[in-house]
Amino acid sequence: MIHSLFLINAAGDIFLEKHWKSAVSRSVCDYFFEAQERASEAENVPPVIATPHHCLLSVYRHKIFFVAVIQSEVPPLFVIEFLHRVVDTFQDYFGVCSEVMIKDNVVVVYEVLEEMLDNGFPLATESNILKELIKPPTILRTVVNTITGSTNVGDQLPTGQLSVVPWRRTGVKYTNNEAYFDVIEEIDAIIDKSGSTITAEIQGVIDACVKLTGMPDLTLSFMNPRLLDDVSFHPCVRFKRWESERILSFIPPDGNFRLLSYHVSAQNLVAIPVYVKHNISFRDSSSLGRFEITVGPKQTMGKTIEGVMVTSQMPKGVLNMSLTPSQGTHIFDPVTKLLSWDVGKINPQKLPSLKGSMNLQAGTSKPDENPTINLQFKIQQLAISGLKVNRLDMYGEKYKPFKGIKYMTKAGKFQVRT
Amino acid sequence: MSGNGHGYGEQAGEAAPELAQEAAPTTAPSVPAAFGLFSSDTKKNEDLKQMLESSKDSAKLDAMKRIVGMIAKGKNASELFPAVVKNVASKNIEIKKLVYVYLMRYAEEQQDLALLSISTFQRALKDPNQLIRASALRVLSSIRVPIIVPIMMLAIKEASSDLSPYVRKNAAHAIQKLYSLDPEQKEMLIEVIEKLLKDRSTLVAGSVVMAFEEVCPDRIDLIHKNYRKLCNLLVDVEEWGQVVIIHMLTRYARTQFISPWKTDDDIVEEHSENNFYESDEEQKEKDRNVKKTYTMDPDHRLLLRNTKPLLQSRNAAVVMAVAQLYWHLAPKSEAGIVSKSLVRLLRSNREVQYIVLQNIATMSIQRKGMFEPYLKSFYVRSTDPTMIKTLKLEILTNLANEANISTLLREFQTYVKSQDKQFAAATIQAIGRCATNITEVTDTCLNGLVCLLSNRDETVVAESVVVIKKLLQTQPAHHGEIIKHMAKLLDNITVPVARASILWLIGEYCERVPKIAPDVLRKTAKSFTNEDDLVKLQILSLGAKLYLTNSKQTKLLTQYVLNLGKYDQSYDIRDRTRFIRQLIVPNEKSGALSKYAKKIFLAQKPAPLLESPFKDRDHFQLGTLSHTLNSRATGYLELSDWPDVAPDPAVRNVEVAESAKEWTAILGKTKKEKPTEKFYSESEEEEDESASTSATESESGSESEKEDKEEGSSDESSASSSSSEESSDSESDSKESIAKKASGAVKESNAEEIKRKAKGISKTRNTSSSSDTASSSSEESSSDSKSVSDSRSDSDSGKSRSATSSKKEEKTAQDRKTASKQDVFLLDLDDFHPVTTPVAVPTAAVLSPSLTADLEGLSLSGSSVIDVTTQVFVPTKTHEMLHRMTGKGLSAHYHFSRQPDMFGDHMVSVQVTVTNTTDQKIENIHIGEAKLPLGMRIHEFNPIECLEPGGSATVSMGIDFCDSTQTASFQLCTKDDHFNVNIQPPVGELLLPVTMSEKDFKKEQACLSALYLLSNPRDADRNE
Repeated sequence: MIHSLFLINAAGDIFLEKHWKSAVSRSVCDYFFEAQERASEAENVPPVIATPHHCLLSVYRHKIFFVAVIQSEVPPLFVIEFLHRVVDTFQDYFGVCSEVMIKDNVVVVYEVLEEMLDNGFPLATESNILKELIKPPTILRTVVNTITGSTNVGDQLPTGQLSVVPWRRTGVKYTNNEAYFDVIEEIDAIIDKSGSTITAEIQGVIDACVKLTGMPDLTLSFMNPRLLDDVSFHPCVRFKRWESERILSFIPPDGNFRLLSYHVSAQNLVAIPVYVKHNISFRDSSSLGRFEITVGPKQTMGKTIEGVMVTSQMPKGVLNMSLTPSQGTHIFDPVTKLLSWDVGKINPQKLPSLKGSMNLQAGTSKPDENPTINLQFKIQQLAISGLKVNRLDMYGEKYKPFKGIKYMTKAGKFQVRT
Repeated sequence: MSGNGHGYGEQAGEAAPELAQEAAPTTAPSVPAAFGLFSSDTKKNEDLKQMLESSKDSAKLDAMKRIVGMIAKGKNASELFPAVVKNVASKNIEIKKLVYVYLMRYAEEQQDLALLSISTFQRALKDPNQLIRASALRVLSSIRVPIIVPIMMLAIKEASSDLSPYVRKNAAHAIQKLYSLDPEQKEMLIEVIEKLLKDRSTLVAGSVVMAFEEVCPDRIDLIHKNYRKLCNLLVDVEEWGQVVIIHMLTRYARTQFISPWKTDDDIVEEHSENNFYESDEEQKEKDRNVKKTYTMDPDHRLLLRNTKPLLQSRNAAVVMAVAQLYWHLAPKSEAGIVSKSLVRLLRSNREVQYIVLQNIATMSIQRKGMFEPYLKSFYVRSTDPTMIKTLKLEILTNLANEANISTLLREFQTYVKSQDKQFAAATIQAIGRCATNITEVTDTCLNGLVCLLSNRDETVVAESVVVIKKLLQTQPAHHGEIIKHMAKLLDNITVPVARASILWLIGEYCERVPKIAPDVLRKTAKSFTNEDDLVKLQILSLGAKLYLTNSKQTKLLTQYVLNLGKYDQSYDIRDRTRFIRQLIVPNEKSGALSKYAKKIFLAQKPAPLLESPFKDRDHFQLGTLSHTLNSRATGYLELSDWPDVAPDPAVRNVEVAESAKEWTAILGKTKKEKPTEKFYSESEEEEDESASTSATESESGSESEKEDKEEGSSDESSASSSSSEESSDSESDSKESIAKKASGAVKESNAEEIKRKAKGISKTRNTSSSSDTASSSSEESSSDSKSVSDSRSDSDSGKSRSATSSKKEEKTAQDRKTASKQDVFLLDLDDFHPVTTPVAVPTAAVLSPSLTADLEGLSLSGSSVIDVTTQVFVPTKTHEMLHRMTGKGLSAHYHFSRQPDMFGDHMVSVQVTVTNTTDQKIENIHIGEAKLPLGMRIHEFNPIECLEPGGSATVSMGIDFCDSTQTASFQLCTKDDHFNVNIQPPVGELLLPVTMSEKDFKKEQACLSALYLLSNPRDADRNE
């Protein structure tokens, strides 16, 4: 399975290596560097690279390449999924997953990796179990450890490892018992030139933050579960209960976790909450182009649209842009040709717009295609699909927990072709 | 510590001389090199050594942390080995762990010194703490020192029978390590694998299958006996194990079951052929009689059914594994269910998308229909990385058909304009493929491509030319205009491939453009010397072709070109020139060949096939590394073809386990006893029937998943999985068991339970009062009693087979299946739940007298806890609540789910299924006014907002019947109507099943003596 892991930063330095079987020379990464050079952007580095004796599978996150070395047949998704899990674990442990953080906590990183894989096969990947085995570093704990000489390493097998609810540890205690659920929906859409929707779908997740004492057994029911077309669950959710009653019944892990991700059935028409009016034109003769965008609300169910951000990759021929926004700030990077406009809130009375001209490189012909506009936005207190949580009940414990639910709609991959 | 010190001293003394000789050459090169370049490093190492030798733990820990930092950076820290290895026995657990990390990295290089640590591990292997035992085994097996192979072997053997499943899991991992260190141990290791495969812990299952795959993937015979168990455990195994097990089972199933596809095809063929050749009908009829109708092996069905819920996993690898399983094993009509989940994965990270798209690409070539509904999910976004874009394009092309081509072409138009030119070029290729595949749009595509010829971007134009060339070749008849247009382009295009393509086209069809062709040759002859080799070759062949068709005009030109070619720098071109000259220019030396020159040059050439680059990938199993690389990776295991005749399915029946033998005698007796009265709402018999029908149905293999659901929740649930949920857990195990009579099974498992209790093995049981977790913790025990029922199953099926030995083999299999279905409800006895509060309702718990006798020998603790068992099985028997005629199209059924009701202790939970048989929506279905006898209460279900025509919905409600069998009548209301309905419970539905020891039972019975009216205590088969 997984032989070795190399962590490579953007500059192409290997700053951490870990071997689970015999050590593999880091020269194997040369093949990776070769591929990296060939691909213009980090995004384009192929995730699977074959070399004469090994195979390199990599994921790219937080500007770090996690490169796993494989020697024999293994499902590639197995490795990729595991690498992503490693990144998630680091994030969970250190708050951020960056080169500096990993270097600072190299011992913890090493200990965690040691527990996650044995002989290249995953051993413990649940964050609840790992955190019992190796406690995440905090300032307080470091101070205490230096004074008392105690360690970050647990000496008992985590109870979760043996139980049928490996995701939850026993003996959880809180003074304030709280359970928060965030229903977050993302709209993926492609809007064509004329403003009509080519494709639009809603993908949602329910992220939970559960801090409850003991072994609570929760059920969460929806007003309209039929909306959910395709779902994937955290392992804690009882699948059968969902099949028969459309109720989420589960013993939650302690802390933050993703309970559910879902896809809203395709039959439902997706309400597109924003529209973009655009007028971008390049003229063949002159070296000036016109640029004008207006963003406005549409089908927002009375909620305000916040955090609007417009980005667009301009064609290579554009040298510079002189634009004036009616609100917010904009930046054009002449090197990457990336225009980004931070709009903020949309005021329906006074629609935000960005107008001005583009300077084109003299002598080159006009680009064939107008740039695509990518949109980001947020709408608080609204799940655009209309999904509503009916109730949350707790069984198995006596106390009354504080329950909270939040809805939010965001733009996913929201593109407007111009 | 001092004791240890002595021990080491002695060993070290022995090892030292060898060390000096052997280790020196290996370490020697590194030391001087380090000296020269990193002299400061070695100094640092000096102080590390000192720190390691200090008496303070904190200093040691600091040193170890720094050393680990060095390892992480890839710096060589091997010279510190002696200093580090001393600390292996440190009391401080963190130091110890870091020393382990160090050992695993360097032990291979410093084998002799590593031996010093072995005794510490051997001691730790006997530690009472399972974590320490496990990690000692891990490190011991990770230090790759061949001398200790026997020690490792011993440790693995011991650990494989450890009480802690965690240690056993580590033992499974150690098997692979030892195998890679010394393959000669294979036979011994296989024995251990065989033993661990029998293990019932979900923790071990994944790891041992991994070991199996690595050590002895060809020993498929080891799997037979564990096949059903693995299928049933699958849902509870951790996600990584699931992936490995699913892949293994895919391979297994391919060798053991017969193809479900053949029949699919045959049926289609037969249907179509019947229409045409009616005279053949009789012959066909005979054939059909000879050919057995295909019935899916129940085990095959079991695998498909138990893996299906895993499509909902959050782990992409698991979803992919199930998808490939369905692709390779499921009947073609069922494989479609995976597409939705695969499309869901496309929302994931770039890397996951890449792999999933590759697999979809392969799938979509063979079965377009699977992904057609998701066409729009493959639309390309400008922000996708190029590799994702090309893969999506590939899939879109595969999915193109007459119906969607116009939408697709419009979409392609956008892509062609993309700033990513590589992608634009790929799009043009895709358009070309669509054009050849779908004849309706060939002309449209061609016109579109011709328009692209005036594009400003050269790569786009070049690609278009190449594609147009291929397209024209398929139907050259009426495209003279296009060729003329392209000839004009020649002046502007500089890309060699495109120029070469144009020249070839003109040469090939020079008779269609007789005026232009010589002119083109004239122009190119002028620029001949500056052309690319590729173009030069095409100029030569253009000349040759023109010479043959129009020698009057072009003779001189061709000779000029040939002269130029004769003195070209490239030998390829000189060669070609010589060849052409000999062929076309007649002279005395030229032989017979020149007569045929025209035939040689102007022969009809077959049109090229525009094929998907993923065409040839399907011989690799989907989801594997080999598939992704499109070349065989080391260790790739070929997926065998379906066998023509299925191997004997009986090999999967589980043998009689030793422990169960003693019970068989009693079994024989109790078999005669029969359930004397109906207690539950007829469900036993009903269930038998329905179950057996469903069993045969599933064997027919044709039933769809939907039917399956309707068949009743119990069937579905029992099959779908053994999950962590309390109730269903052992229900599903019932599939394994083939015990015929209930009483026997009950006794066994009860006794088993009590035994265990007495031993106090299930430690975790009392940790929580929640019935849920309790059930999960009792998992271990439940699995044990499973083994009992397993083993019995075999003996029984054996009997039934001998009884019906005259019948066909197939028939026996069915019998066996039916038998197993009958007992669906018998098996849950092991899954009981302790409650801390004694049960308030006096339950009529009855144990069979034979059980009482059995239990006499056991020493029972005087515990007075009565255990409430969860529902044993949920009957499929539904009762009608509202007929569709009286309900004006709305019909309602109810059944008792026998689940602890969530609305309150006294509530009986009732599941109501309402179906809309009208052709209009029915809105707002809810419970209206209720007329209840005194004390009875109803917990209403949540109103159903809207029910589509033909749709049905299941809701659950709670009714407190006050322990009476009085009817609960209430109104079922819709938006504009209401109907009176009744629910009357059978007595059995009001009771709570409990398990209690015999003593407790007697005590309870004594309390009830006045009321105790049953003269003949019921059999315990219902476990009441």
